[in-house]
Amino acid sequence: MTNRWSRILRTPVGIVGVGLLTLVVLLAIFAPMLWGDKAGAVDTENLLAGPSAKHWFGTDNLGRDLFFRVLVATRLSLTLTLVATVLGTLIGLVLGTAPLLLGGRLGRLVTAFVNVFVAFPGLLLVLVFAVIFGVGARGAVLAIGLAVAPGLARLCQTLVAGVAGLEYVAAARVAGVNRFRVMARHVLPNVAEPLVVNVTITAGAILLSFAGLSFLGLGVQAPDYDWGRLMQDGLSGIYVHPLAALAPGIMVVIAGLAFNLTGEAIAGVFGISATTGLGKALHVPTGETPAADLPHDHAVEGDLVLDVRDLSVSFPGVHGPVRPVRGVSFGVGVGEAVGVVGESGSGKSLTALSIAQLVEEPGRVDARHLRFCGTDLLEAPTGGQSHDKLLGTSLAVVFQDPMTSFNPTMRIGTQLAEVGRHHQGLDRRSAFARAVDRLRAVRVRDPERRARQYPFEFSGGMRQRAMIGMGLMGSPRLIIADEPTTALDVTVQSQVLELLQDVRREQGAALLLISHDVSVVADVCDRVLVMYAGRIVEDVSTADLRTRARHPYTRALVAAVPDMTTDIDAPLATIPGHPVDPAEVPVGCAYAARCPLATDRCRREDPVLLSGPDGGRVACWHAGESIEAVTCEEATA
Amino acid sequence: MSLWVLVTASFLMIHLVPGDPVRAALGMTAPTDLVEAKRHALGLDDPLLTQYVHYLGNLLHGDLGESIVSQLPVTETISQRLPATASLAFLAFLVAIAVAIPLGVAVAVATRRGRRRRTELAFASTSVVLGSIPDFLVGVALVCVFAVNLGWFPVAGRDGASSYVLPVLALAIGPAAVLARIVRVEMLSVLEADYIRTARAKRLPALRINLRHALPNAVTATLTIGGMLLASMVAGTVLVENVFAWPGLGSTIVQSIVTKDYPVVQGTVLVYGLGVLLINTLVDVALAVLDPRSTIGDL
Repeated sequence: MTNRWSRILRTPVGIVGVGLLTLVVLLAIFAPMLWGDKAGAVDTENLLAGPSAKHWFGTDNLGRDLFFRVLVATRLSLTLTLVATVLGTLIGLVLGTAPLLLGGRLGRLVTAFVNVFVAFPGLLLVLVFAVIFGVGARGAVLAIGLAVAPGLARLCQTLVAGVAGLEYVAAARVAGVNRFRVMARHVLPNVAEPLVVNVTITAGAILLSFAGLSFLGLGVQAPDYDWGRLMQDGLSGIYVHPLAALAPGIMVVIAGLAFNLTGEAIAGVFGISATTGLGKALHVPTGETPAADLPHDHAVEGDLVLDVRDLSVSFPGVHGPVRPVRGVSFGVGVGEAVGVVGESGSGKSLTALSIAQLVEEPGRVDARHLRFCGTDLLEAPTGGQSHDKLLGTSLAVVFQDPMTSFNPTMRIGTQLAEVGRHHQGLDRRSAFARAVDRLRAVRVRDPERRARQYPFEFSGGMRQRAMIGMGLMGSPRLIIADEPTTALDVTVQSQVLELLQDVRREQGAALLLISHDVSVVADVCDRVLVMYAGRIVEDVSTADLRTRARHPYTRALVAAVPDMTTDIDAPLATIPGHPVDPAEVPVGCAYAARCPLATDRCRREDPVLLSGPDGGRVACWHAGESIEAVTCEEATA
Repeated sequence: MSLWVLVTASFLMIHLVPGDPVRAALGMTAPTDLVEAKRHALGLDDPLLTQYVHYLGNLLHGDLGESIVSQLPVTETISQRLPATASLAFLAFLVAIAVAIPLGVAVAVATRRGRRRRTELAFASTSVVLGSIPDFLVGVALVCVFAVNLGWFPVAGRDGASSYVLPVLALAIGPAAVLARIVRVEMLSVLEADYIRTARAKRLPALRINLRHALPNAVTATLTIGGMLLASMVAGTVLVENVFAWPGLGSTIVQSIVTKDYPVVQGTVLVYGLGVLLINTLVDVALAVLDPRSTIGDL
């Protein structure tokens, strides 16, 4: 606890806030003792004088020194603030805890009562209460204290209601612990921190309200003076002597800031944990990416829709850049369906995003080349045009979560029509007509009506159809589908996959299907890229996947998929160990730690992706070796 | 419900004043028979419930009683002064919105994902400081600089367009700073949403992504707080009007509190409260229009 409080002083906001607050409190305590006389002393030779060496801020209409008056006024201003804060907090606590303590109808009545008052701005309440309690400091304290109470009560209610629903509180109540005891022992200690923060910030607001009220002449009355009173006195002479009005104003701002900043600093320390996402990056094996063997021997260069060479993606980390994708090379032929499989964190989604040019700062995409339809996307386009039109019309992207991938405030048809409007030069009406037509193409029933609906009126499967339809606004040469069925019901999954297949056939588009599900990829694709720790470890045709995969990781993935012959009594096959953290990629083969075939060489040298005799590629020193043999040896040893 | 509380509170206000309000208003030296006559005229001798029914009845006819001090009908005073206050608050609101939304959006787009740290820091610190200076202090500072020293705008009063500049600025600066911060935070979170990635995948121009796709989603969340700010701006006119000697309701309410002219206070509080309720309702309606998921029927 003390640890956390001291952390406040280590944030810049905290230092400034607590520093100012200390200063103001010290002034409140000592200023009247030290300078009380000087502040009251009348200098008849200098009435309403401007700043001088004798009077730094000048004097008021009785010749009293304004600098000292401003300092001395700190005590009254702060005292009034504190009293009103305590009053407001107490009433707020009572009203805020009442619904839980009273329960039932009476509790709800209190809640409703508080809610009505919260709707009105504080200043208006202050004025109403000021009328009732009369003009003067006492009236102002009561008025402001009462006026801030509803806001604090509302906050308290919300916090208490949140904690009261928790299990241990419910347990205490079931155990018959008295309501007041539950509140005092279990609830209030758990809402103390946010309350402290808000009371601190409220104190700042109260300070300003007092200044305002005194400024209006409704608060502190002469001969007493606080900052607001001094401002009002100064305002009348603002032509002659602007500092008289400004100086107390500046003090009000400083004191107000002191409360606000302290509150925010406390909130920052208690609210946000100090650990950051990319924090634990250790080191990245830099330098020589093993030069990948010439890929895609099986496809002639000219037939490639997509040609990626040495693609890597890096993000800045605490200890240097982290590279979740480390030198990936592959090609996708015209009309070909290529799957990318791997566990989460293998870099498969980032590979897809970087091809679609959707990796954002601070992420960095590097590649020897990244050609899409013959254009290198990493090179500045010729003729000053951007790649937008090419990507917008020839590349379709289908995202994982159809529920969040549509803009909730725009009609589905409009979201589809945008592509036509911006890349195909269609006017509003024909773009919308094309959107309706495309929805029909992805078999959305009643597309005219559906196009005018909002995403929340679509089911998940429908939205994924619409998403595919959006890709069909142009004439896609490649469809990138990033886990397109993961978020969907099993029954809808196969429909969406079928639709993807049909669209591919009709349009002659290639497909890059990212999935963690080997069986989905095996059903849909011609070829599979298996990724592990940001590298392609095997590139194999789906025909060979089940029986002739050569990388031990691929074989483990395939073995983990249950099929009709799987013994349902045996435990499901799993791959032992954990995927590699991209921030801590080991030297040598990244899979070595989990691999039954791993030898010293694997732990030293990273294997290179090499073409095999049957057209596939594999990166393994022990490609194709029998795993059973090894496990048997281990068993006997 | 809120309306009823408002009306009842403004009715009860006069009865909660300790002592005799009429005696307080007319002063200790006023002759007793005058006080008695006034009490009778105001109907303060009747039972509370009768007075309440009477008050509600008059309210329905648009009768708010008459001033103890000036004898003028309260409605007349209010209708004279309301336009000055309403135009001030409305203009200030427009200025705050016109500054805050473009600024918040621009800063969000410029500084997202840790870019331009210095711009972000400058924006954050400036907006915190501006947001925590109360409007009447801003008003005093503006008067010092632009009216007294530079003489560009009148110091006080309501006389032509130039007299609006300083009071409107005084009211608008603080809320604009707060609102810009909120817009920025909302924009930042919206810009990370999946549907923004979809929009970028469609290769739309950045302007369209930011304004057509992101902004409406950021504004729905901003509106609620914007409405509260506007409501507090209405109350803020009370202070700012007193800085600029603005002939609006704000000066009226303060004067009548000081002179204990209770019928006038009742009337003005009622008008202010109604203004706030109206704003809250408008915000709810605007939310319903902007967000297709909620409908006005749910209000």
